[in-house]
Amino acid sequence: MQFSKHPVTEPHPLNRLRWLCRRGMLELDAWLMRFLDVRYTELSADRQAVFADLLYQDDMDLFDWITGECVPPVEFEDMVEEIKTTRYPR
Amino acid sequence: MSAVKTSIPKRTFDAVIVGGGGAGLRAALQLAQANFKVALISKVFPTRSHTVSAQGGITAALANVSDDNWHWHMYDTVKGSDYLGDQDAIEFMCRNAAAAVYELEHMGLPFSRLDNGKIYQRPFGGQSQNYGGEQAIRTCAAADRTGHALLHTLYQRNIAARTQFFDEFFALDLIRDQDGYVLGVTALEIETGEPWLFEARATLLATGGACRIFRHSTNAHINTGDGLGMVLRAGLPLEDMEFWQFHPTGIPEIGSLITEGVRGEGGYLINKDGERFMQRYAPNAQDLASRDVVSRAIAQELLAGRGCGEHGDFVYLKIDHIGADKIKERLPGIRELSMQFAGVDPCVAPMPVTPTAHYMMGGIPSNMHGQVVTPVRTGPEEAVPGLYAVGECACVSVHGANRLGGNSLLDLVVFGRAAGIHMIETLRENPIARPLPEDAVETSLARLARWDKRKPERKTERKPEHEPQKTGTETVAGLRAEMQQIMQAHCGVYRNEALLKAGLEKLSAVEARLPDATLSDHSKMFNTARLEALELENLLPIARATLVSALARTESRGAHSREDHPERDDEHWLRHSLYFRERDQLDYKPVRLKPLTVKTFQPKERTY
Repeated sequence: MQFSKHPVTEPHPLNRLRWLCRRGMLELDAWLMRFLDVRYTELSADRQAVFADLLYQDDMDLFDWITGECVPPVEFEDMVEEIKTTRYPR
Repeated sequence: MSAVKTSIPKRTFDAVIVGGGGAGLRAALQLAQANFKVALISKVFPTRSHTVSAQGGITAALANVSDDNWHWHMYDTVKGSDYLGDQDAIEFMCRNAAAAVYELEHMGLPFSRLDNGKIYQRPFGGQSQNYGGEQAIRTCAAADRTGHALLHTLYQRNIAARTQFFDEFFALDLIRDQDGYVLGVTALEIETGEPWLFEARATLLATGGACRIFRHSTNAHINTGDGLGMVLRAGLPLEDMEFWQFHPTGIPEIGSLITEGVRGEGGYLINKDGERFMQRYAPNAQDLASRDVVSRAIAQELLAGRGCGEHGDFVYLKIDHIGADKIKERLPGIRELSMQFAGVDPCVAPMPVTPTAHYMMGGIPSNMHGQVVTPVRTGPEEAVPGLYAVGECACVSVHGANRLGGNSLLDLVVFGRAAGIHMIETLRENPIARPLPEDAVETSLARLARWDKRKPERKTERKPEHEPQKTGTETVAGLRAEMQQIMQAHCGVYRNEALLKAGLEKLSAVEARLPDATLSDHSKMFNTARLEALELENLLPIARATLVSALARTESRGAHSREDHPERDDEHWLRHSLYFRERDQLDYKPVRLKPLTVKTFQPKERTY
């Protein structure tokens, strides 16, 4: 299900995104927070909007897309791949 | 309605529910369908509650696959609890399980089906036929997303029944008057940073567990025991806080859970010498022994210095011998998790695993109507008027010293419904709201003001750890990490007196430094730093309650294992612990051994 309470009509402040990265599953907390910390600020405005959109998707869908159980919708394909390959610098 | 003016916005409802997981949603639905005005406050969107992680299923003796009845389910639950569960509440849950599952089905929960069209059921550990006989097949599932399906079904029903959702509101404190009545809660609107007052004639806490007190946990970051913190601050006790279930195979640091399915497919555990050590601990079941047995075995290997890695703090789970093709076919999700979080492809190398905090058996003392109960004079379990608790945050107690898989989702819906029904009675009997106390919001405002305190201008030099630090040098993240480290090292799978005492001393030192912590961010909107500080104020006293309760219980029962007291001691310890914060002391109350209609299951040795 997609939530429409806060549609992504304008750039989200970083703090707002940080709270949206709090999920019902530990793995999603880790993946999304890691991406926000390491990659988000260097993205183009368009890509930042895609990430914000992604955060409004359902937990189970996100989990299945990232673990490869299901193929994500085409608009999220690159972003999911980037989230999977992002690591904290050693 | 109350005439007291408060300095913050106030909304009045018949009932306020704190927490948007399965338990909160089920209770809210009962009330909203009876046309009461219900507010549901949730710190994240309700469908992102941790209930979504309960993938296995919901247990009910439907007998769709194996011969079964609720008496056998009850026996298994009592035995699984290591006889610490209250047998009246367990009977209530197991008797009502089938009806609860059919009700969910009628609401539209898409259960998986057998070929004959009936609800699909799968076997889980600890399930038996005929009181300890053959394996029963009792857990109903909606593929591997039962919790997710439950959450969405209940959420949609609540929308239809006009429950009012306050998403991204963080509950702060209970409002309690001089006579002990609970009259609602204060909460912080996360988007604006403004506090609100939610006035209600009935308040229900459904805030979930608190495994984030541990360093290694399978729980989402939201599981910070907020309702437990609220209850302790209101002067009420917590029950059986020494009992935490550890899953044997979590990925170190991150905590991501590697399911029993890997061992079911032929995976086995090895120590740093490459030895299959489970052969020594459980010669028959070996790597497929129950969770607590495997967790204790791993902990013993680590204690004996046979752990792997630089710090010797994990063992390996080996599965590559079944072949890459089988792994990719049967365990693709697990392979991805391992590659993501451990950097290991299980097709070519073993996965690092360690016992990881998974579920809180203790919590807010409640009865089978969801009423929060506390000792008053000679009565051990007097209801706190206006206050209810359901789900992992509550201790009914149906899980006792050890929870069985599949019973947690059942707990949510059975007691969520029961609490809703009792709240309706309470509301009908008390149509007029009691006046709010003059200082209803003062505690919460003082807590918020405390975190607005700025860091001193001049930078002070940080002294070595053992010396008192100057004001403003502490951080919330730093203190939280220390607490988690202490709890993992001193109150994990294996405990003894010296370890627990040292843990308590270290935790006291961390608590003493909390007043010196300041925030780096003082903005209003979505200030996650402030939220994490408020969460830490909930976590720290829960950690303390756990240590104090674990130190006092000089026996081993269920998930509480004392090296120095390895046996269960029914003579002295067949009783529930109650921890009170203001005195930092324990009280005890008897286990309710008498079921509602059937004979007591007498405590016996628990063997599988």
